[in-house]
Amino acid sequence: MNAPVTIKQFRHVGTRPVRPDGVDKVTGKALYGPDFKAPGMLWGAILRSPHPHARIASIDTRKAEALAGVKAVATGRDFPTLQSLVMHVGEGASDIIHVARNCLAFDKVLYEGHAVAAVAATTPEIAREALSLIAVEYEELPFVLGLEEALAEGAPLLHADMFTKGVEPRPEKPSNASMRLEMGFGDVDAALANAAFTVSGRYTMEPVHQGYIEPHACVASWNADGQAQIWCSTQGHFAVRALTASVLAIPQADIRVMPLEIGGGFGGKTTVYLEPVAMILSRKSGRPVRLAMTRDEVFRASGPAPGAIIEVRIGADAQGLFKAAYVEFKYHSGAFPAIDAAAGVASAIGHYRIANTRVIGTEVLCNRPAAKAYRAPGAPQVNFAVESAIDELAGKLGIDPLELRLRNAAAQGDPQTSGVPWGRIGWIECLEAAKAHPHWSAPLGPNQGRGIAGGYWGNYGGPSTVVVSLAEDGTFTVATGSPDIGGSRAAMAIMAAEVLDVPYQQVRCIVADTASIGVSMVTGGSRTTFATGKAVVEAAQAVRRTLCERAARQWNVPAGSVEWSDGEAVCIAGEKAGTRATAGQIAARASHSGGPIAALSAINAAGWLPGFGAHICDVEVDPETGHVRIVRYTAIQDVGTAIHPDYVEGQIQGGAVQGIGWALNEAYVYGASGRLDNAGFLDYRMPVASDVPMIDTVMVEVPNPDHPYGVKGVGEVPIVPPLAAVANAIHGATGKRLRDLPMAPDRVHAALHPQG
Amino acid sequence: MSRIHVSTTVNGDAAEFLCDPAASLLDALRDSLGLTGSKEGCGSGDCGACTVVLDGEMVCSCLVFAAEAEGRAVRTIEGVAEGSVLHPVQQKFLEHAALQCGFCTPGFIVAAKALLDRNPDPTETEVRYWLAGNLCRCTGYDKIVRAVMDAGAQLRQERTPA
Repeated sequence: MNAPVTIKQFRHVGTRPVRPDGVDKVTGKALYGPDFKAPGMLWGAILRSPHPHARIASIDTRKAEALAGVKAVATGRDFPTLQSLVMHVGEGASDIIHVARNCLAFDKVLYEGHAVAAVAATTPEIAREALSLIAVEYEELPFVLGLEEALAEGAPLLHADMFTKGVEPRPEKPSNASMRLEMGFGDVDAALANAAFTVSGRYTMEPVHQGYIEPHACVASWNADGQAQIWCSTQGHFAVRALTASVLAIPQADIRVMPLEIGGGFGGKTTVYLEPVAMILSRKSGRPVRLAMTRDEVFRASGPAPGAIIEVRIGADAQGLFKAAYVEFKYHSGAFPAIDAAAGVASAIGHYRIANTRVIGTEVLCNRPAAKAYRAPGAPQVNFAVESAIDELAGKLGIDPLELRLRNAAAQGDPQTSGVPWGRIGWIECLEAAKAHPHWSAPLGPNQGRGIAGGYWGNYGGPSTVVVSLAEDGTFTVATGSPDIGGSRAAMAIMAAEVLDVPYQQVRCIVADTASIGVSMVTGGSRTTFATGKAVVEAAQAVRRTLCERAARQWNVPAGSVEWSDGEAVCIAGEKAGTRATAGQIAARASHSGGPIAALSAINAAGWLPGFGAHICDVEVDPETGHVRIVRYTAIQDVGTAIHPDYVEGQIQGGAVQGIGWALNEAYVYGASGRLDNAGFLDYRMPVASDVPMIDTVMVEVPNPDHPYGVKGVGEVPIVPPLAAVANAIHGATGKRLRDLPMAPDRVHAALHPQG
Repeated sequence: MSRIHVSTTVNGDAAEFLCDPAASLLDALRDSLGLTGSKEGCGSGDCGACTVVLDGEMVCSCLVFAAEAEGRAVRTIEGVAEGSVLHPVQQKFLEHAALQCGFCTPGFIVAAKALLDRNPDPTETEVRYWLAGNLCRCTGYDKIVRAVMDAGAQLRQERTPA
């Protein structure tokens, strides 16, 4: 069940060595975003709006500037005049005007917590005191938080120039719908009308936060000659460079971004919040400036994932074959256009073979923080609705829910919702593995129920640059431009060691800054082990070829007569046949045979394949309190090939538990005043160790033919199925179909005791 | 506002610093003493990333005033390894891949060591409840719990006379 499909044996791929950055991280030596300090550094702080929607009439900073120890004050007016420019950096596209306005409001604040002004001072205490001396005059405006309210006629408009994209002809009036996307094929209405069995439902959820434990932090130092350095923790230091340079209208090469260790991101660290502001404060003060968010600021002002309203209708014939599906959803974008609806449309129902399919997604602006990518952005919300509906349909049909999924599962060659046929996907293999797993047939106790759900994520490739270089003693350095958020340095070293056929410890991997390596896209989209891995393999192969050429030159034999075998150059023909040389021996003579040995691979990695998963969840529901306990959880996923299985399992386990938190407890709670009521970990309740059992994983390996070792992205898929898996398990335990997240005790209790 | 002079012991060494009366022990460790291994994830005692041991008691250093360290003994993540020899909890975190981003790891290691110092043979449930004050968003806790239990097993083996 868990065996790779291919029989090819690897020496390193699939092993579980200790990560190269491990000791630093278990001893407290590793430097994260908030840990870095520069000589002469000032401490910054940001003033944030108390109102969800208001016009800024005036900002008086004079008293703050006069306070002893204050070296600079900045407002939105300190940004240059910008022309609209949509940049495809980070995850998805953003208009640099929106990026700038989100860093510091210009004429309006669009959500409670929106940054309004910033100061830099000699101590954090003075910086905080200075904030209290800034006088902002607001003209409060009506605000809107809800999806349907924001789309209603006469709703408060966030952006007067917002005309819904994706609607032809262009709407005559601006609205809060920033984008509408429709995809599908066939005659859905007719097929639904003719279906023997149908289900329909409306599902809702509030925004949730990525919940990385490290708050955003950076230090910026902008010199008099225009050159600058930024130290920060980010999923993409090239994205930080591109966005910061663009909003400040300066050349990208004038900024050198040093990636520090990153304390979690999950998509939420693929943009800039602080860096441009720290740059402005640094230019004004002439000193390095540190800006860091508190947890409160992280909740109020950094991107949550959108909440949603999703309507689903699915029809099947009497044999349980799906005939039609209609899915329409609305997602919160928050204050600025976001990217989740497009991925949501693509991730809704393409995992089933249905001749008549229509999926419609709308991005809705409202007075909440600007939504940002969160692990498989846009997929878990719509998947919750679809996989719940399929569970309901299985009940109506009297067919086992796993069997129903197998009967309709898409395979290679079947069309996705876009019409493009699926490549070599492992969805059916996941369902078969679930069926064969002892969990699926294990007995349940009283008040317990079992749910299953499946889901997928498209994954990605894209730009990555890698340099593999040989040291003079025959050891190797792999430099990438991909921040390591969960063990990727180990995976890169494994792949290079596999190509070079040398011990893992002979290869060390680092994350290089923006001046030391070429452009690399963010660590996101489950792309890094695939795309950067591909570049590592190419660069290592080039180094291996060079090692053979150098050996040939050193032995004075034709280049074609040397091969790389068992980690050494071997002469395979002529008088010197059988002569061998290690990388160290070749390196020692490199300066006399052509110079240093290194290779660069700068690629736009294509050939990525989506990942699929099936999750089985057992819950126990306390009928008195409505509390839901996760009793057992098994996550099955097609991972292509697991380069470092520990970290693949870790991705699956972490994603599953984030999904469990989303299902059971997590939600942004707003009061009537439009202010966030739970901006802290006490009230925004993420899962703790005692909330969950061990998360069993099954790695199905259906290798990707377009990656040298078969890699498919693994990081995002595992957060997609848990929402419905938990809901379906609660239905199994109670007979109640919960369609609104989170399924917290009060909601479950209300469902169990409708009379109160 | 005048600053307070504090004399304390950190990881067995005498240490002193000046602090603002409102400063937390975490601020003092990180900003005055340069010990940035203890992390601030929330500043409100909810995430455990700043966990240290104060006179033998596990505390969130963000909830302790810096001035309270006067005359007391603080042990931080930087004092868990003995020189260059990792503590079994640290070693097992590496072997079990019990960290992904690693930001919560110092707090978990300090807390797990405090547990095993008290109870070298905890059940899985005891481990999970002891560590319930430490948030990890990456791992789903599975490998952390396994690492801590495995470290307990190793410590018990080391302590058993041959």
